[in-house]
Amino acid sequence: MSKTVLMKGNEALAESAIRAGCTHYFGYPITPQNEIPAYMAKEMPGRGGCFLQAESEIAAINMVFGASGAGARTMTSTSSPGMSLKQEGLSYLAGAELPCVVVNMMRGGPGLGGIAGSQADYFQATRGGGNGDYRSIVLAPGNVQELADLTVDAFELADKYRMVVTILGDGYLGQMSEPVVLPEPTLKSVDKPWAVSGNKGRKPNKVMSLRLSPEDYLEKHNIHLQELYSGVENSETRAEQYMTEDAEYIIVSYGTSSRISRKAVKALREEGVKVGLFRPVTLWPYPMKELNELAGKVKKVLTVEMSAGQMLEDVKVAVNGKADVDFYGKMGGAVPESAEIIKIIKGYR
Amino acid sequence: MHEEIVISGFGGQGVLLAGKLLCIAAMREGKFVSHIPSYGAEMRGGTANCKVIISSEEISSPVIDQPTIVIALNTPSMHKFEPRMAEKGLLVYNSSLILDKPTRSDISVESVKANDISEAAGSLRAANMAALGFLLKLKPEIASMKSLVDALDEAISARNKMHNPINVKIMESGYQS
Amino acid sequence: MEEKLIYKKPDSLNELKTHYCPGCGHGIVHKLIAEVMDELEIREESIVVAPVGCSVLIYDYLNCDGIESAHGRAPAVATGVKRVHPDKIVISYQGDGDLLAIGAGETIHAANRGENITVIFVNNAIYGMTGGQMAPTTMPEQITKTTPYGRNTDDVGFPIRACELVNTLVAPFYIERTSVHDVKHIIKTKKAIKKALLNQKEGKGYSFVEVLSTCNVGWGVSPIKANKWVETAMIPYYPLGVFREEKEKV
Repeated sequence: MSKTVLMKGNEALAESAIRAGCTHYFGYPITPQNEIPAYMAKEMPGRGGCFLQAESEIAAINMVFGASGAGARTMTSTSSPGMSLKQEGLSYLAGAELPCVVVNMMRGGPGLGGIAGSQADYFQATRGGGNGDYRSIVLAPGNVQELADLTVDAFELADKYRMVVTILGDGYLGQMSEPVVLPEPTLKSVDKPWAVSGNKGRKPNKVMSLRLSPEDYLEKHNIHLQELYSGVENSETRAEQYMTEDAEYIIVSYGTSSRISRKAVKALREEGVKVGLFRPVTLWPYPMKELNELAGKVKKVLTVEMSAGQMLEDVKVAVNGKADVDFYGKMGGAVPESAEIIKIIKGYR
Repeated sequence: MHEEIVISGFGGQGVLLAGKLLCIAAMREGKFVSHIPSYGAEMRGGTANCKVIISSEEISSPVIDQPTIVIALNTPSMHKFEPRMAEKGLLVYNSSLILDKPTRSDISVESVKANDISEAAGSLRAANMAALGFLLKLKPEIASMKSLVDALDEAISARNKMHNPINVKIMESGYQS
Repeated sequence: MEEKLIYKKPDSLNELKTHYCPGCGHGIVHKLIAEVMDELEIREESIVVAPVGCSVLIYDYLNCDGIESAHGRAPAVATGVKRVHPDKIVISYQGDGDLLAIGAGETIHAANRGENITVIFVNNAIYGMTGGQMAPTTMPEQITKTTPYGRNTDDVGFPIRACELVNTLVAPFYIERTSVHDVKHIIKTKKAIKKALLNQKEGKGYSFVEVLSTCNVGWGVSPIKANKWVETAMIPYYPLGVFREEKEKV
C-alpha cells in the first residue's frame, strides 16, 4: 500500500488518472487547475503516455474525442469558462458514445468571472450545456482523498457505460493540500471492439453521432441512450450521510460547501441540535431516492451551495414536498460560513 | 488540539512552503492537516497567504473564517488578518519588517525578527523558516522541531536540497530566539 | 481473345449509390483516395476523419475505419487518433468552411505541430451542404446565398489561400495545390494524394493537399461551365503546384 503523502488536489487527481490507466491527456491552461496539465506534462512522457497542450479547450476536447474513438483511456481538465467551450465536444462524445473523463475545477462566473472556487456550473454539468438529449455522469469529490479515488472510479464508469464522466470539483479542492493515500487500481484491459484502429481482419468501424434518418435511426439511438441512462440512474447513485440517523434537520451540500456544512453539523451536535449532512457524491444521477427517504424523517432541509441555488432544484424534486426546503448560498467565489449555517439552523427551532 | 493558522507575506517570502512544512511535520506525527493557498493573480507580486489547519481530530472544513494563529511576515498581512482573528488567538509578526504595532488586546501577540535571524544565519531569503521555528517554540503541540526538519527533507526536491542545512540552522535560531 | 482488365473499382471504395450532385468533385477525390489506398496497400491501416460539410458521409464510401468530427475539428480529432495509433494512416478530409472558417485554428495548429497526418482539403469556394453560402475561399464578386450582390472584398475581405498560409509554418513536410477540373489535373491530384499518404507511412510528417474542386449546383452553372470556371477564375487566384516538399530548416 502507498504511504500517506501531502498532495495538492489537482496533483492527486492527475497522479490517480495515470494510475487508472489514462494514457492520453489533452488540455489548455486555465486557473485554478493548471497543476493538472503541468503534472501530466512532467509525468506522462516517462510513463508511456501522451501529454499534448491543445490550442484551445475546443481542440482539447476534440483530441479527446479522437483518442477515445481510437480506444484510449483519455481525459481533459479545465475550469468553468473552458468548460463552456468544451460543450460542443461533450455533446458529440455523448452522441458517439465515447468514454472519457472531464475535470471541471469550477471558478466563479458568469463570463471570465474570477479564479476563486465556485459551484455555479452545477446546471451546466448535470443538465448538459451541449445540444441534444444526453447525460454525463457527474462525480463530486469532497476532499483530496476522494479526488484521487473518484478519478479511478470515473475511468471505470466511463468505460463501463461508454459515457462522459465529469469530475466536478472547485478551485478550493484543486488548490488544497491534504494527506492522501494514492489508489493502486487493478488495471483490467477493457475490450473496445468499436474503436477505430485500422480494420485488419474485421469490418470497418465507424465512430459517429450523425444519424440522418430520424424515424428509424436517430430516434432509436436516442431511445437506446435513454435506456442506458436509466440503468445508470438505477445503479450508480452515491451519497454520504453524516449524523442523519436521528436528525431533525438536514443540510444538503456537496464538494467544498459540504466541508463547511460538516463543520457546522459538528458544532451544532455539540450543542445538542439534531442535525445531519446529506452529501451527494453523484450529482447525476442524483441520489433522489435516498434523499427522499431521509426527507420524510426530518422537519427541514437546508441546501448549502457556492451558487445562487442550482442543486437546490434537484433537492426540491427529491424532497418532493415531504419537508420544507431552505437555501443558503454564496456566489462569485465567496464561501459559505459555518457560523451563518449554525445561525440558520438554530433559527428553525 | 485544533489550530487554524494563516501564514501571510509578500509573494516570494515562502509562505506557501512554510504552510506545507507545518502540514507535513504534523501529518507525520499522526495529526490531521489541510492547506489552502491563495493562488492565481493574487500570487503575482502581491500578498500571498496560506490557510493551514492542524488538528488532533478529523478536519471538517479546510476553510478558515477566524484564524487562531496568524503569522504575518509583512505589514499588509498583519493589517489584513489581525482584525479577523479569533479571540485569544496568537499573532506572530515579523518585527524586522513590520514597524506598526498590533492593536487588539483580546489576542496574544509575539514578535520575531525573522529577517534579521535569517540574515544572521547567512541567508536573505529564509524569514519564513525563522518564523516557523519561533512558532514551534510557542506552540510545541503543533509539531516537534525534529518533525519540522524531517518535513523539510521530505518537501524539498533533490536538486534544491543544498539549501536545507542553512534553512535548518535558521529554523533553530528562530526556535531559540 | 484474351480479356485484359484495364479498370476496376478500387477495393477501398464501397459499392454505394452516391449522394453527391452530378458534376461535384468530391466523388472524384474520394475515388482517388481509394485508388491510392489500394496501391499503397494501406486500406486496413487507414482511419479517415470525416468533417462536417458535403463530405460528412465519407466513411460510408471508403472501405476503412472512419471517425466523425465536429465542424472544423477534424485536425484535432485526427491528432487524438494519431497519438493513440502512431503507426496507422490518419486522413483528415475537409472542405473550405470546415478547414478555413470554423476550423482555422485547428488547421493551423495541427500543421504547426507537424502532426504526421494527411489533410485533404477540397476547396470549391462555397458551402455546399447548407445550400450555397459564402466560404472563406469564395472568389471576389462571386454570388452566393449570403453574398447575393457578389463577395464584396471591402466588406468581408479576400479569399484565403490555404497552402500559402500553411506554408508560413516551419513544421509541415509537404504542401501542394492541385485541381480536379480536367483529366490531366485529376491525374496530378492522384499523384499528390499518393505522395501525401506515402509521406505519412514513412513518418515524414504533416502533408497538406488542397484540391480545387467544383460545386456546379451551388455555383448555379452546368458541370462543364463549372470546370471552366475553376480554370479561368480560381486557378489564377489559387496557383497550382508544390509549395513545399520537405521540412523547412530553421
